[in-house]
Amino acid sequence: MTKTPDVKEKKGATVGAEVSVTVDGMVVKVPFNATLLDAAIKAGIRVPTLCHHEDLRPAGLCRVCVVEVEGQRALQAACAYPVTQPLVIRTRSPRIRKARKHAIELMLSEHYGDCCTCARNDSCELQALAKEYGADASVFGRPAAPRLAVENAGPSVVRDMNKCVLCRRCARTCEELQGVAAVGAAHRGEKTSISACMDAPLSETACINCGQCINRCPTGALSEKDDTAAVWKAIDDPTKHVVIQTAPAPRAAIGEEFGLPPGTPVTWKLNSALRAAGFDRVFDTNFTADLTIIEEGTELIKRLYSALVLKKDEALPQFTSCSPGWVKYLEHFYPEFIPNLSSAKSPQQMFGALIKTWYAELHKLKAEDIVAVALMPCTAKKFECSRPEMRSSGLKDVDYGLTTRECARLLRQAGVELPAMPDGEFDDPFGTASGSGVIFGATGGVMEAALRSVLEFITGEKVENFYAHADVVPVRGFEGCRYIELKIPEKTGPVPELISHLIPDWAWLKGQTLKIGVAHGTANARKVMEDIKKGGKFSQCHFIEFMACPGGCLGGGGQPIPTTPAIRKKRAEAIYAEDAAYGEQGRPRKSHENPAVLRLYREYLTDGPCGKSSHLLLHTHYTPRGKTSSGKRG
Amino acid sequence: MKTANEYTFTNLKAGAGLDAALKAGRTGVISELREAGLRGRGGAGFPTATKWNLAAAASGEDKYVVCNADEGEPGTFKDREILTLRPDLVFEGMTVAAYACGASRGVLYLRGEYAFMRPALEAELEKRRSSGLLGADIKGVKGFDFDIRIMLGSGAYVCGEETALLESIEGRRGEPRNRPPFPVSSGLDGAPTVVNNVETLVLACAALANGAAWFKGMGTEKSPGPKLFSVSGDVKRPGVYEFPFGVTIKEVLKAAGGEGARAAIVGGASGYCAPAPEFGRRICYEDIPTGGSFLALGPERSIPAAAENLLEFFAEESCGQCVPCRLGCAALLKGLRSGAPLAELVALGESMQVSAKCGLGQSAPNVFLSMARHFRKEFDRRKN
Repeated sequence: MTKTPDVKEKKGATVGAEVSVTVDGMVVKVPFNATLLDAAIKAGIRVPTLCHHEDLRPAGLCRVCVVEVEGQRALQAACAYPVTQPLVIRTRSPRIRKARKHAIELMLSEHYGDCCTCARNDSCELQALAKEYGADASVFGRPAAPRLAVENAGPSVVRDMNKCVLCRRCARTCEELQGVAAVGAAHRGEKTSISACMDAPLSETACINCGQCINRCPTGALSEKDDTAAVWKAIDDPTKHVVIQTAPAPRAAIGEEFGLPPGTPVTWKLNSALRAAGFDRVFDTNFTADLTIIEEGTELIKRLYSALVLKKDEALPQFTSCSPGWVKYLEHFYPEFIPNLSSAKSPQQMFGALIKTWYAELHKLKAEDIVAVALMPCTAKKFECSRPEMRSSGLKDVDYGLTTRECARLLRQAGVELPAMPDGEFDDPFGTASGSGVIFGATGGVMEAALRSVLEFITGEKVENFYAHADVVPVRGFEGCRYIELKIPEKTGPVPELISHLIPDWAWLKGQTLKIGVAHGTANARKVMEDIKKGGKFSQCHFIEFMACPGGCLGGGGQPIPTTPAIRKKRAEAIYAEDAAYGEQGRPRKSHENPAVLRLYREYLTDGPCGKSSHLLLHTHYTPRGKTSSGKRG
Repeated sequence: MKTANEYTFTNLKAGAGLDAALKAGRTGVISELREAGLRGRGGAGFPTATKWNLAAAASGEDKYVVCNADEGEPGTFKDREILTLRPDLVFEGMTVAAYACGASRGVLYLRGEYAFMRPALEAELEKRRSSGLLGADIKGVKGFDFDIRIMLGSGAYVCGEETALLESIEGRRGEPRNRPPFPVSSGLDGAPTVVNNVETLVLACAALANGAAWFKGMGTEKSPGPKLFSVSGDVKRPGVYEFPFGVTIKEVLKAAGGEGARAAIVGGASGYCAPAPEFGRRICYEDIPTGGSFLALGPERSIPAAAENLLEFFAEESCGQCVPCRLGCAALLKGLRSGAPLAELVALGESMQVSAKCGLGQSAPNVFLSMARHFRKEFDRRKN
């Protein structure tokens, strides 16, 4: 079901009632307020679309989806026309075909670019429509030369506005889903363009690098900054030790790039594929996801103890900090809440810091000879790894953040057919990870992972005693903003050794109610933040998980295109299935059970979670920024 | 034919329309206007009674009455005449509409270039507030609360389109919305909203004050009542004229001294270009509809040059939202200049008429298409 404009239901019209639409003679029933497009789909008829996107409110501006509505002179945009009464429509007629072809040809008349060298060759929606309708480029001509320079100075998003057809999906994504509105329509008539604030380069605005606009761009006007050439250079250099960490979300999605259906996890095949492509070591980001849980969880317990027992002023609720898009969003729009952000780095950056220190020491490697690559679902990770704060090793801790799409490109260039690869394990010492790390990829996953550990820490009992199979179901789901209360049992256990130097006992938590929140998509984050500012229920939370992208990392801006709610749901299923499989395979499912993490604290970060050495390597600080510019606040 | 001192509204008694409305009651107002057959004077000609009735029936506490005074159609200046001569009647018409629909808030959206009128209009509003004609319990009618604020446009032609106008009032880029939902059910801030042209509101007062029978005594069966015309172009006496609907092109030309014209553009840049042999046609919804603009093209005028001029206007004034208008206007202009086959341009124009998102885009090619039909040879002769 696509979203429809707000039509006030008339009194008397039954809510939830179905309305019949006759599509090319076939009668179908659709819910009140569904669109004509929904009706056509239900009737099994393909109506072409371009500006329409399932995640966005209808715009009705490309006019490719026009249909005839009986009784109306003009054609109507099927994507934007709400069904509030029985209608008779036709989706094929000479004037419909002519109007659609005109719209496509007009778009081609301002679309400059070479399909063969375009990142979206073969996945471009304009290209597909042109083919479908036999568009004739000679009618209105094609631009002879680019009008604008390609904007590629930013860390994450490359904009080639010569290819833009002004469908405004990017602008709508940025405003509706992300609440940023870094780009929007500017100027008028044929001079109309998609412009960042006062025509500034995107990288100098409040853009949070989430890349959601890229995922919804129908053409190659928006793409990720491609780092594959740099990674090839490192792989091809025999003096470099090239390691790659892979995050759970790309593993649940990269199969789509190779023709596999959404929701096909390829974790183990990918390990072999990456080795075949030339990476020296393949690591599991989930190792540092587990580490994040220990560090961030410890930080939360410290804050709560300080606030509840020592009665000190503490910034609560604590906010998660593993989504770099969310972090930059907060730095721009809610800088006064920076103290609430967990100081724990994201798993990607914890990994980078450890690779160039502990791992280098263990294997007698020079840190400068190591090239650390991260496979991420995320374009903001490119920005994150180039933040000046992220050089704990003295070098750039993570050299390159590759998106799922770039990794697929790299594998194809390597001649690696991913679906055909054999299974392979991760490399040590970061080879062991828990199922908790896996679910980081879905909205609510970080919270669930934290709860699994925190509940066991506090009660001394298995979390399975409270939630079957350790599935903390209340925090799962796709609702944009979730508020959950969990009662802490009366019976508490001893303080685990790992954090026993920080607090004496759990008596102060007995019978308390843990209040937590989950938000994904920064437009939802905005709702939560505004609620906190007003003193609403979210202000009473102890801990809130924020993810910049809809659905969490599995819906990240670096994931395969297209993205829809159904595709994201499939990816989430793959992620939860992998977590469940960990249990069946005898692998740990809780972060604090990860033996490699415990080894790290034993051998390297010997002063424990949130200790001095951990602070040096695993924690960071943040930078207040302006609402419209990327820089530090003046 | 009537000019400045004798327009139907010029000497209408102030307050007569509102008094009649209060006497008739809410439903009485709507049935009287339905009986009068009053249609919107902005160009589309939607029956005013139907619009008010839909807004009255729509659920919503805070309804709006918006007066569209964004008079931007090239060659249109008749609302300026009303706003200058009888601003009180415009506000009275809005008050009557508010009474009929149960609206409590009013906005007059004034064309940016009419900023010079604003002090006088504000003074008029102040006067009405102090005389109990705006504010709470208007004219002592308990619960009849209504006030009006003035919002100045910023110069975009498209804001004359009612949903773009609403976007503009809400502080956003002036771009037409998808319809449905229509403003009567979901308009300003999502509230039921009546948007009426300046002239429509004034004529509503006149029709209520003098009665439906009087109103229907003028004009044609489907286009009753008087109509103001902004006459310009190649005429000796340009200006605002009032005629009953159904007046012929010839009569308008004669009144303004434009008898030698070879063509007349009726209804402005988005209207219809009638060649001399059609000068006997009537201006009304049964024949050639209009919002009031009337442009005479003299014997020396080049038709293709006029078409180019109008398309330049649309290529610039398209809001830039939908493909057929944003790129279609530019493609028509480019094609005219480069000598593209006329048949292809006509085909594009026809697609625009049915597939553009709003009335602006749908009507942008109108004049060009009528010119291409009546003056094909001149287009074929144009320089390449």
